[in-house]
Amino acid sequence: GPYQPHEPGYGLYQSGYSPYDDQIPDPKSRTLAIQNAKAYLLKSSTTSGLNLYDHLASMLTKILDEQPTNAVDIIENISKDVKWAQFQKKMDTLRDEHEILPTFEAAEKRKALFLTANGEGDEELEEEIGETPLPNVMETAFYFEQAGIGLSKDESYHIFLALKKLISVQPIKICRFWGKILGLEMNYIIAEVQYYEGEEEEETEEEEVIEEGGKGMDEVEDEDEEKEKEDEPPKSTYKPPPVIPEEENGTGANKYVYFVCNEPGKPWVKLPPVTPAQIVCARKIKKFFTGRLDAPVVSFPPFPGNEANYLRAQIARISAGTQVSPIGFYQFVEEEGDEEEEGGGGRDTCEENPDFQPLSVAEMVDSLSTWVHHVQSILKQGRCVWFNPFQKSEEEEEEEEEEEKAEEPDELQQETGPPLLTPLSEDEGIQNIPAWTAQPSTNLIPQHAVAVLQSNRWPGAYAFASGKKFGNIYFGWGHKYSPENHTPALPPPVQAEYPSEPEITETRDPTLEEELAFKAAKEAALAAVEEEEDEEDVEEDEEEEDD
Amino acid sequence: MEAASLLAALELVAGGGAGLSPEKRAVLGSSLLLLQRDYRFERVWFWGCIQGVRGAYYIAEGLGPDRAAPRSRLYSLNCVEWSLLPPATKEMVGQAEQLKGRFQGDPSFEYEYTEINAEDAERLIEDGKEPMIKEEVRLVATIEQIDRAVGIIPRGAFVKTPLGSVHENRNFEGLSLTEAKKLSSYFHFTEPVNLKNKTLLEKADLDPSTDFLDSLEHDIPQGSWTVQLEKGGTVVVLRSLLWLGLTFYHVPMTKQYGYIYFGSGEKNLDLPFMM
Repeated sequence: GPYQPHEPGYGLYQSGYSPYDDQIPDPKSRTLAIQNAKAYLLKSSTTSGLNLYDHLASMLTKILDEQPTNAVDIIENISKDVKWAQFQKKMDTLRDEHEILPTFEAAEKRKALFLTANGEGDEELEEEIGETPLPNVMETAFYFEQAGIGLSKDESYHIFLALKKLISVQPIKICRFWGKILGLEMNYIIAEVQYYEGEEEEETEEEEVIEEGGKGMDEVEDEDEEKEKEDEPPKSTYKPPPVIPEEENGTGANKYVYFVCNEPGKPWVKLPPVTPAQIVCARKIKKFFTGRLDAPVVSFPPFPGNEANYLRAQIARISAGTQVSPIGFYQFVEEEGDEEEEGGGGRDTCEENPDFQPLSVAEMVDSLSTWVHHVQSILKQGRCVWFNPFQKSEEEEEEEEEEEKAEEPDELQQETGPPLLTPLSEDEGIQNIPAWTAQPSTNLIPQHAVAVLQSNRWPGAYAFASGKKFGNIYFGWGHKYSPENHTPALPPPVQAEYPSEPEITETRDPTLEEELAFKAAKEAALAAVEEEEDEEDVEEDEEEEDD
Repeated sequence: MEAASLLAALELVAGGGAGLSPEKRAVLGSSLLLLQRDYRFERVWFWGCIQGVRGAYYIAEGLGPDRAAPRSRLYSLNCVEWSLLPPATKEMVGQAEQLKGRFQGDPSFEYEYTEINAEDAERLIEDGKEPMIKEEVRLVATIEQIDRAVGIIPRGAFVKTPLGSVHENRNFEGLSLTEAKKLSSYFHFTEPVNLKNKTLLEKADLDPSTDFLDSLEHDIPQGSWTVQLEKGGTVVVLRSLLWLGLTFYHVPMTKQYGYIYFGSGEKNLDLPFMM
């Protein structure tokens, strides 16, 4: 029959089974009752094929095996689990037992990092042990860990091996783990690299060839245009503002080349060099990175490039703003003729100082003038060395004499920025917050403490110094700190159609009343003229008659 | 995150680059235990660290028998000595919301109220109170806001008993990998707001013992959480974009989960522009 909930106590006092029953129950009928009960329990369910007897048996076996505390409180869950386990077994015969999880593929890739390339002989091993561009990532990670900054140890080790793989593939002179930038779907691990001189020329040659081919095409088109000059509509006199060229590879903002990968084990991708227009635009927008290098950057002002360019621009800004070293570690390169400086540009390279004397940790922490920037800062123009876009070469001046001279825009003022190796005490803070926060890594053991700097302008940029060692790193989302909310740039005002001059001015169209009044006045004038003519005719006639 | 599993958990959230130095890790192991003894908490959670300009605040939370009751919060400047924070009130939260900029790192620092809202300041002067907000008040309000907005737990980790109190679910074996990638498998561990607005059909599917909280699916703005698989796909890490620095981790098919905050304690109001 159906399951009926009764009031508590029902069924306990049926005749024959109550403990208060004085009658001695008949053994035969008792066994019969037990058999009936067991037969009922063994009845299979019509819907699921299970029976209560087996289910209770397996449940009690599970409980007795596992002996959970307070089993009575979770008995329903245990029952559900047992049923679920039953159900799963049936499904296994239909499906493959081994699921290929995506985690297995990822583990394969990470394992590949640990396999050494087998084709190398002993000679190459000796060379590697000498000077190698591979940085000691674990050592830097140890120092940063003293300040509580850094990735987990095994992730650092994976990055170490991934950098080793990068070096074996590319001709790299110096390599450094720059940091990690977080993104929405995936993160970026970034390596800063300098090639051997002469290794990068291949790419630039290709670009020059393409440009020359383009110029050839232009000449042919000019000839065609001259023939059609008669019928062409007037050309607009709009000249777009001059494009500021990007800096040469190896100088300024493009001094280093950056490689990124999403996870150690995935292939490294080279980021393209950065142009000043990209830096200028990156200063005005604030966007999260998605983790895919080819993702478009939808913003206003429209960013000239995709996510790879935006990432490169942010890396350039962060490097220029936060790469610091203890004073004296780097010194200027001494060359002949140092006194002549072109246009007040200042020196742009520095080299390691072999006579570097490290300061104590207490001194490094107390004052910010013991740290200096060793990367050139980026000017407002987007370059490290100012470029005058209106400076004409000799060829251009000759051409101008032949053609009409167009209006020359005002000359731009040369922009200057802080020179290389400026101490951090010159850095401007934001409102009343200093640009950097300096702390020792521990107050309990000052003898072995590490001096740690945190940037407040670029949250996520850190630097440490301990004895002769120092390092910079970045862990963050890749954005600058601003206490005010980000206000996107407004679109520019509507452009005027033509300049307003005395010869050409816009007046209002005449209204209907004015037109009618003008017409009436004109008709009146005509009528007056006709009357005069009539009178003259009449006079002439009269004169004729008189004769 | 649970104080007992702090060391393992810190390894799992280190993907964002923030963590604790070995010194702090070592001292927290013992000082959190002592907190449990002194305040008679049933559970102690290490909530995280708010970076100020001159120093950092380390925050711990203590839970009583009902895990959903308001939690006691304590702060420390060095992880050794802890001070209890007053419970947060709506007034505190309202005042602190108007403050902008970084924390200073000094709990007795006072913010000038007159800079923010001149009218309120005048009202306060009339009442006889001084128009200043202490950094401690701001700290309390910020922690309350962060917990309410982005403090999350996986679905099924806590059960509500018929008497109304909330306990850990001892039957929780962890989310499966597919479930762990969905935002609907995570709940805000705070008073539910949207639960009453669900349609009857949706409510019929819910299990009242485990689904008594708001899920992350309908968070405004959409896309304010990033879900990533780290460490070769073995850990699911959720990071909040509204409060940058909040990281939640869960190892699928195990009982390991928790959230921690390492950041400057400021809300990311530029979020709609950045997505």
